Amino acid sequence: MLDKPKDAVLDREFKVVGSRPVRPDGVDKVTGRAKFGADVSAPGMLIGKVLRSPHPHARIHSIDIHAALAVPGVKAIVTRDDFAENKKHKDVLCNIMARDKALYEGHAVAAIAATTGAIARKALKLIKIDYDILPHVTDVDEAMADDAPILHDTMITRGVDPAPEKPSNVAQRFDFGHGDVEDGFAKADVIIERSFKTEAAHQGYIEPHACLASVTEDGHGELWCCTQGHYAVRDVCASLLGMEVSKLRVTASEIGGGFGGKTTVFLEPLALMMSRKTGRPIKMVMDRDEVFRASGPTASTSSWVKVGATKDGKITAASAEFRYQGGAFKGSPVQFGAMCAFACYALENVKTVGFDVVTNRPKQAAYRAPGAPMAAFAVESVIEELAIKLGIDPVEFRLKNAAAEGDTSSYGPKFPRIGLVETLEAAKAHEHYSAPLGPNQGRGIGSGYWFNFGGATSVSLNVHPDGTVALVVGTPDIGGSRASMNLMAAEELGIPYDKVNTIVADTASLGFNETSHGSRVTFASGLATIEAARNAKNECCARAAMIWEIEPDAVTWEDGCAKPAGANAGNFEPMTLADIAKIAEKTGGPISGHFEKNPAGAGASFATHMVDVEVDPDTGRVEILRFTVIQDAGKAIHPSYVEGQFQGGAVQGVGWALNEEYIYGADGKMQNPGFLDYRIPVCSDLPMIDTVIVEVPNPGHPYGVRGVGETGIVPPMAAIANAISAAAGVRMTELPMSPPKVLKAIDDANGSA
Amino acid sequence: MSQIHVSTTINGDPVEYLCEPDETLLDVLRDRLGLTGSKEGCGSGDCGACSVTVDGRLVCSCLMLGAEADGKQVGTIEGLAEGENLHPLQRKFLEHAALQCGVCTPGFLVAAKSLLERNSDPTETEVRYWLAGNLCRCTGYDKIVRAVLDTAHDMKGA
Repeated sequence: MLDKPKDAVLDREFKVVGSRPVRPDGVDKVTGRAKFGADVSAPGMLIGKVLRSPHPHARIHSIDIHAALAVPGVKAIVTRDDFAENKKHKDVLCNIMARDKALYEGHAVAAIAATTGAIARKALKLIKIDYDILPHVTDVDEAMADDAPILHDTMITRGVDPAPEKPSNVAQRFDFGHGDVEDGFAKADVIIERSFKTEAAHQGYIEPHACLASVTEDGHGELWCCTQGHYAVRDVCASLLGMEVSKLRVTASEIGGGFGGKTTVFLEPLALMMSRKTGRPIKMVMDRDEVFRASGPTASTSSWVKVGATKDGKITAASAEFRYQGGAFKGSPVQFGAMCAFACYALENVKTVGFDVVTNRPKQAAYRAPGAPMAAFAVESVIEELAIKLGIDPVEFRLKNAAAEGDTSSYGPKFPRIGLVETLEAAKAHEHYSAPLGPNQGRGIGSGYWFNFGGATSVSLNVHPDGTVALVVGTPDIGGSRASMNLMAAEELGIPYDKVNTIVADTASLGFNETSHGSRVTFASGLATIEAARNAKNECCARAAMIWEIEPDAVTWEDGCAKPAGANAGNFEPMTLADIAKIAEKTGGPISGHFEKNPAGAGASFATHMVDVEVDPDTGRVEILRFTVIQDAGKAIHPSYVEGQFQGGAVQGVGWALNEEYIYGADGKMQNPGFLDYRIPVCSDLPMIDTVIVEVPNPGHPYGVRGVGETGIVPPMAAIANAISAAAGVRMTELPMSPPKVLKAIDDANGSA
Repeated sequence: MSQIHVSTTINGDPVEYLCEPDETLLDVLRDRLGLTGSKEGCGSGDCGACSVTVDGRLVCSCLMLGAEADGKQVGTIEGLAEGENLHPLQRKFLEHAALQCGVCTPGFLVAAKSLLERNSDPTETEVRYWLAGNLCRCTGYDKIVRAVLDTAHDMKGA
């Protein structure tokens, strides 16, 4: 194990933080009680279904709903005509319901509410749409070509001076870097330069999007939905429907996976609009093929990377260009990709350029460290190749160039305390690193970076008369965060874990809470929980002071009790939280703690992954033999769920690396919109996933927490590509590295040998 | 077409319902009987979130018609615990943190129970292949496999 870092924040002895209790929502989830998006109904409820464009690109001349509306049991139909223009959420509006054009296969063009799902489905077929089919493009490089079909004739590339005169599919150009890369490359002894492509992957949450909406005749709305951010859902839906925010209350259901994909709206505004039209509750649930065709996968990418180094292993220059298509609207995560690409390295000369490109594919949504994994696949492949060419151990090479506190990041800011070096040292020291390998087996390394995020946060902590505590947070629990919140509240108050019960409240109960994304929940809601608990403790001390008739600052909180601060304060029996709470009505009323903040200092998280593979030279199949994830968690509040994030991220990366891809035909339609053909990793594909939790405390959090949710998906693709290279002697530059591609690479290598 | 009358047994209790001829057992469980513990993740038998047992055999309830349950013994996640006592698998899933979002968990538990009824001492490989029909996107399966192996170990010792 690593020595404990010396930072002051870890000098604190934790009592319950760092333990592994059962999560508070656990029993509901192992018994089938937990209510997910599709698990609720309402009296008088109608079922909503969506009609989707069969064409990847088509102008919509007219929509005739008369025949469908005449079907007995059909109660409402909505189309583009039902939604007013909305400047603030223009693209969201256009994505949830096509306006002048259908921009991808699966783009919603109408929705029907009927008494049963079967009737709604039948009626969908009677809607007549007059389409003018247009040429389409789904590949990022083809979309950038001069003769590409143009999706938006108003799209003039931003970030280019002077601005182009003609529209294109390039929404924006981004530039990052410092120094002089040409000068740097001139000083290099060895340069590696490669091009890469990655296919779009889907977040693949097992729970399809679902919601239940109800709008009353006087304009009050209630919405239940599976989302990572019900406050954002509220604000967008209220805007699209022209409602006052206070009139729409959104409750987040239990959420069956999100990974970034449930940070926007698809069905919710349609359900609200149909409820408004009918005065009845509307339930909508996507089918799996709708999830694939019409929710938000990640971007597909094309990139070029060039890195040069001296013989003794110092990188002299690094340059890259990234082209990401994010579907039919601007906003691919290329900016993040270009920023994260070289973040692991302290570089004198670095330059990255990014292009945000639109194509006739569904609008991308965030997916775990959005943009970073594709860039890391390219960069870390080149880094490993360079190390091998220089004859330097790949971990040593990374250590020689690793970013550390005080270094200027490749995208601008100086790094505060970060833990990349510690993850690399832990990799080197790990038994896995020197374990023997057999024939056709190889080992690969990859490092990765994600910014992490804070964001607006509001928390309330209510002390009950019996001394137990209700902690009220506004960040949907996507992976066990209620357990972590319980732990932090219990730690701060000095009471047992099971005396705290954390709930995720609806949008009327707290101030705005930013979505559960950006690895922010344990950091930001955790920080707010600790501060809310401190406020409650202060109030408890004030109440004790009142009872003891001493000054409030003469009371201190220790081991879950209010105590006189010293001998001079007086001699009083300590009062527990329960003692104080029991008589709170007589000392001033209920005791609560609140905290609201938009905290900075999220604390970046770095990871290093180590993977062993075996490549079957006859079929090209890659088997994962061993996988070790080493990541900086700052401070692991509930280590089991930290490990779970590491393991889950790594395995999503395995899927992206080896199998998962959106396959488009020449007709611009997705050919594999189901789990049989879009194959996410299954249990028998994998070994156990080993984890090492590195703890380099984040100075921006009272307990040192860094978010851990996203970084875990950044290194795997490169680590696996590097392992394949070591095992089979072929450098794979396209994802997924599926058997036919690996076999072709092996055959090509043999043929040319 | 008129609805079909079905008499069946669910988690040991006699149950009668009317269903459409083309209605899946999953839809009957969820929409007619309020047993929403079984989930629809795909509707095509690929994800296992709707796993139930029918006469002791593990099936995807999205691939079976409600009408076909007539005269059968159906077992769902709601029947796993006995009274206030969780099934050992349920306890081990909680102890091992073998769930994150929890939407696949009912299917995994029903499938794992079915495995242990047939093979009380499975190897890791046997667990992995038996559970290969259940998709989990959160955990990477590590803690699920450990929870199942640990349950088998404890039940053997009992």
